[in-house]
Amino acid sequence: MAAVRTGSEIALNRFAVVIVLIVTLIFLAPIYWITSTAFKPRNLATTIPPTVVFEPEISPFVKLFTKRAQLRSAPTPEEYAAAPWWERLVFDGGEKVVRSGKGEVQLSGYPSRFMNSLIVAITSTVLAVGMGTFTAYGFSRFKVKGEQDLLFFILSTRMLPPVVVAIPMFLMYRAVGLNDTHWGLIILYTAFNLSFSVWLMKGFIDEIPKEYEEAALVDGYTRMEAFFKIVLPEAATGIAATAVFCFITAWNEYAFALIMTNRRAQTAPPFIPSQVGSGLPDWTVIAAGTFLFLLPVAIFTFLLRNHLLRGMSFGAIRK
Amino acid sequence: MAHIQLKNITKKFGAHTALKGLDLEIQDGEFFVLLGQTGAGKTTTLRLISGLETPTEGDILIDGVDVGPWGAAERDVALVLQQYSLYPRYTVRENLEFPLKAKIRRLERAEIDERVNRVAKTLRIEHLLDRKTDRLSGGEMQRVSIGRAIVRKPRVFLMDEPLSALDAKLREALRTELKNLQVNLGATFLFVTHDQIEAMSMGDKIGVLNEGHLVQVGTPNEIYNNPLNTFVARSVGSPPMNLIEGELRSGKAVMTQKNFELPFTGATGTSAAEGDRPLVFGIRPEDLHLEAGAPVEAKVHDVENHGVEKILTLRVGDIMLRATVPARTDVALEDAVRFAWNPNKVVLFDRASGVSLRHAG
Ligand SMILES: Nc1ncnc2c1ncn2[C@@H]1O[C@H](COP(=O)(O)OP(=O)(O)O)[C@@H](O)[C@H]1O
Ligand SMILES: [Mg+2]
Repeated sequence: MAAVRTGSEIALNRFAVVIVLIVTLIFLAPIYWITSTAFKPRNLATTIPPTVVFEPEISPFVKLFTKRAQLRSAPTPEEYAAAPWWERLVFDGGEKVVRSGKGEVQLSGYPSRFMNSLIVAITSTVLAVGMGTFTAYGFSRFKVKGEQDLLFFILSTRMLPPVVVAIPMFLMYRAVGLNDTHWGLIILYTAFNLSFSVWLMKGFIDEIPKEYEEAALVDGYTRMEAFFKIVLPEAATGIAATAVFCFITAWNEYAFALIMTNRRAQTAPPFIPSQVGSGLPDWTVIAAGTFLFLLPVAIFTFLLRNHLLRGMSFGAIRK
Repeated sequence: MAHIQLKNITKKFGAHTALKGLDLEIQDGEFFVLLGQTGAGKTTTLRLISGLETPTEGDILIDGVDVGPWGAAERDVALVLQQYSLYPRYTVRENLEFPLKAKIRRLERAEIDERVNRVAKTLRIEHLLDRKTDRLSGGEMQRVSIGRAIVRKPRVFLMDEPLSALDAKLREALRTELKNLQVNLGATFLFVTHDQIEAMSMGDKIGVLNEGHLVQVGTPNEIYNNPLNTFVARSVGSPPMNLIEGELRSGKAVMTQKNFELPFTGATGTSAAEGDRPLVFGIRPEDLHLEAGAPVEAKVHDVENHGVEKILTLRVGDIMLRATVPARTDVALEDAVRFAWNPNKVVLFDRASGVSLRHAG
């Protein structure tokens, strides 16, 4: 709208921009901190005051992905010259890369933890959003006996602090052999996100005029076909928004992952801080691990940002 | 094309009865208009026929076959709504193709293209085919909606106030177009509206629906000239029929307020009309005329100029009457005029039941 703006409106607008900038800075500060530390030489990581200007290094990432051991004696010049560039970075830090008997480089625990995080977060998000969408469609379009009570019941699973159920869950999981498995976490996160997904998706589906599907029914389609052809595309924005929320929750979950997994199925959140404890903490490696850990969420959110902006209004503004 | 029959249909939503004992028959190739106010049960009737709702009681027959157990897809009816029948993500062409691509039809690509192009031509929407439907004007949208119904060659067209959201001029144009289309296709139409002008101008038959009851079915002429009761009399005609309370005494209509009398020589249809029986006299505005020596004097309360004619509101005591008079009639507000009625056109209603004495027999 090209409305004429008064002086006070302009002042108010500037004030708003300043506030937005300040809030953005506050939110960006830790991200800057992690990112810069991830590229710092080790000796500059914990200086006081913090070092702002430095020559960025890639060595924290090399260390992040490899299994290392303390050097007993400095490498011989031949050894040093024969080593690839990334191995020299490890030598420079007073460590060496652990190799198997056949000379293969041993990876650190990080890549497998990262993969575990991806598997668990993606699978549980797909399940939670998928089941949530179907359930929400049912609630939205059909007369369900005790609809209000059921919806409240579904939401009530979110009212308990998760920690309260952690120990009983742990015991049950151990009894059925779900401890330290991908499915164990997937089931947990799916269940946890499902209530949220049902409620969000119900809001979005309620907004889609049922006349669209009814037109398809009269035109010769089954309800299932109408759902996939008409409802799903119309609900895309809502699905995207719900998926981002579910993904972030599963990706960042710490407490259950810490209790329920220890090795095979361990995800990144409990793994990253566990590295602090082994030997002298190398903060640059921890920062590098955290930095990479942030990337999937950042990319996912960035790709869906247009949907999200509309989705955040929870269907209130659908035009 | 098909013959539709509704037998003793009742539809309840919880405690609320939307339709009660509805009997309705639509002949093959007929343009049937269901006229009723908001909440009368028009949409419910269409949804029942299309299979989107099931009746609480009664049967629906298409070509003599009880379609009760059939789903919406199998009934092969087309439904056009006031809005929301087009998919905003699709282009016009995709919308028109949509019903043809349903699995139950199994049409060849060539046949689909052929039909879509023919319909686009008929409705003059060829230039819109590649446009997204959210870029269409209201009139274009309804054309496409109608097109989407026609491509299917359904057995019956069900139309739920398809013109109500359009502006007056467009509505008038589409009215004519739709009527021509129905005649050319020879199709069976059930058209639902709250607009009596639409009903009168388009319908072969009109059914007047009031709070879930079908009050009267007839040709526009029958409904207009011979309304079954005062409700129907008030529902059609613009301005509506004048209804005046009174009694019939020895060839004169004596109005209850006793402030005027009019000669009455028309056929009452029943001798029981004479005497003290409380009546309502119904007279169309065009059957009231101003005349120098006419029996009743009135004051001109209001004048509406409609070009070819004027609609006067006449005041007799505290009774208001509408009269349609030629535009050349020269009157001003608060003029004293004299008027008479055409006694042959007067319809008598029983005051208690509201039913016309002609229909009561
Ligand atoms: N799904 C429904 N649930 C409850 N009541 C309904 C439903 N559909 C219609 N009704 C009621 O039935 C009556 C008739 O509605 P409808 O057929 O939509 O009327 P119309 O189309 O003539 O305006 C209204 O009183 C309406 O409130
Ligand atoms: Mg309606």
